[in-house]
Amino acid sequence: MAKKISILIVDDEASVRDSLYNWFIEDGYLVKCAQDAKEALTILESESFDIILADIKMPGMDGLEMLKRIKALKQDAIVIMMTAFATVDTAVQALKDGAFDYITKPFDPDDLSHLIRNAGKQIMLAEENEVLKNKVVLLENVEDIIGQSEAIRSVLQQVESVAQSNASVIITGESGTGKELVARAIHSNSPRKFFPMVSVHCGALSESLLESELFGHEKGAFTGAVYNRKGRFEMADNGTIFLDEIATISTKMQVELLRVLETKKFVRVGGHKEISSDFRVICATNRDLKTMVEEGLFREDLYYRLNVVNIDVPPLRERLEDIPLLVDYFIRKYCTSMNRPLMSVEPAALKKLEEFPFPGNIRELENMIERAIVVGNGKKITVKDLPLGKTIASPGFESLSDLEKNHITQILAKYNWNISSSAKALQVDRVTLYNKIKKYDLKQPK
Amino acid sequence: MKTEAITLISFGYFEKGLLSQIEKDVSAEFSVAVYTRNGHLDLTEFYDPGRNQYDANRLLKKIGELSTTGASKTLGLFNVDLFIPILTYIYGQAFLNGCCGIASVFRLKNERYGLKRNDKVFVDRFRKEVIHELGHMFGLIHCTNPVCVMRSSTYVEDIDQKSHHFCPNCRAGLQYGTE
Repeated sequence: MAKKISILIVDDEASVRDSLYNWFIEDGYLVKCAQDAKEALTILESESFDIILADIKMPGMDGLEMLKRIKALKQDAIVIMMTAFATVDTAVQALKDGAFDYITKPFDPDDLSHLIRNAGKQIMLAEENEVLKNKVVLLENVEDIIGQSEAIRSVLQQVESVAQSNASVIITGESGTGKELVARAIHSNSPRKFFPMVSVHCGALSESLLESELFGHEKGAFTGAVYNRKGRFEMADNGTIFLDEIATISTKMQVELLRVLETKKFVRVGGHKEISSDFRVICATNRDLKTMVEEGLFREDLYYRLNVVNIDVPPLRERLEDIPLLVDYFIRKYCTSMNRPLMSVEPAALKKLEEFPFPGNIRELENMIERAIVVGNGKKITVKDLPLGKTIASPGFESLSDLEKNHITQILAKYNWNISSSAKALQVDRVTLYNKIKKYDLKQPK
Repeated sequence: MKTEAITLISFGYFEKGLLSQIEKDVSAEFSVAVYTRNGHLDLTEFYDPGRNQYDANRLLKKIGELSTTGASKTLGLFNVDLFIPILTYIYGQAFLNGCCGIASVFRLKNERYGLKRNDKVFVDRFRKEVIHELGHMFGLIHCTNPVCVMRSSTYVEDIDQKSHHFCPNCRAGLQYGTE
């Protein structure tokens, strides 16, 4: 339900106050009256009103003086001046001093209704402006998360709702979907935004290196530790630590991590002094942690400690409507960085992109666009500029031979190791299939 | 059981049959007893020569004084041009959830605007104004529903646009006294 507009009427004539009071009450406004400027200013010290309707000619302090004082108290106050003795000079002066409008008594009922409606619109716009400003502030640093689809808007809504809290977040999603961008958006919109967000790529570090990286080390703790080094938890004090590929950490590290998360205290490698750090933890993984817990590969207590909030970032194939926006964004990004004029995309090429499965998600699309800009004609990206025949990233398989081995294994399993049927399905002759089985050392399960 | 009763007091000349018609319409709309009687007032004391109009605030107060015991809502009906200090004219006014109100036919006639006399339109406007002011007296504020009788009307054309009935919301909001 819309908020009721409140009006303060300031006039020394009781009949005017009563008339206006009755008129506005019948229109459903909240109304209060003051018989002079002094009383009005006293009321305004403790109450605020959306609109102040004041007479200019009043005994004691006149309306124009009162207007100045109200404006000094509240710059955006809406004050409408009224008078029975209209002169151009007073009207101009009132408007110069910040009056919203000026009306001559007696006024046409329609003029009064219009005036109040206009002031109401102004109030509504100011309130909307405030709400939008807050939204802009709240959603800062999310400009890299491109998309208008329902799926991505839902992610942004979750970012908005979780940002202000201190809860641990696990961001799940396939490789290349932008999990780190989501983590950064959460951090940038949280009360911790003025402190660092420290990222650790857990999958890229061995157990001992990760330990040293997270907790830091003292000089001489191990060979090569020639000076004291702060760990990432320490660096993230008052900020956020982002642990990417959390599923890859060892069982030992899982125990250590759980302890740190529970106590927010740790000791540097080779050190004795306990260090405290106030950090928020955000993790990301492309694995199904719940299944890993069930299989005993990930500690259940750590899982529940981390998984207070789960944000699942959708793969690109589930937000196809965002592809044109993403393509446009990457074209701008790379054309600008390469100092080239902005290129466009041929409709046929865009259609092909929209039909492509993108197993490597946005990262793959980005690489594809960057490549197309490099190899293209500098004006338009065409179908031939896009390597759509082959996927750049294929999760789980590093090489072509890995892919071939896996596929042959699947087909053999499907046809119960019947060589003839499998060769037919693979569209190769039996000899070729035997050679491949030999090459990859494939063995029929017993 | 509703304890309200409405009294319509006419001041000045009203054409034969008009008041009985209004009484019938008001009774149908509010489902309470409606009584009509003639009143006598020296209107010159309410006349403002500077504006050539009649002071509606003072008339409203006077109606309050004339309210008869037992009639919880009294509406004075006039055929003079009404004003309040801040507005150039009004069709009527009433105390919100109060016991008295006033309405005038002065600006409801087509002839005043150089148009051909139309009694049907005139009666229709008058019944809407009377029901509108009584609506305020039964606690209703202006309504945004375009056809609700409680919609605010600045010009006669606005009055013509609405019906003489309450919208469901306003009807539900009528504050009757009960026992």
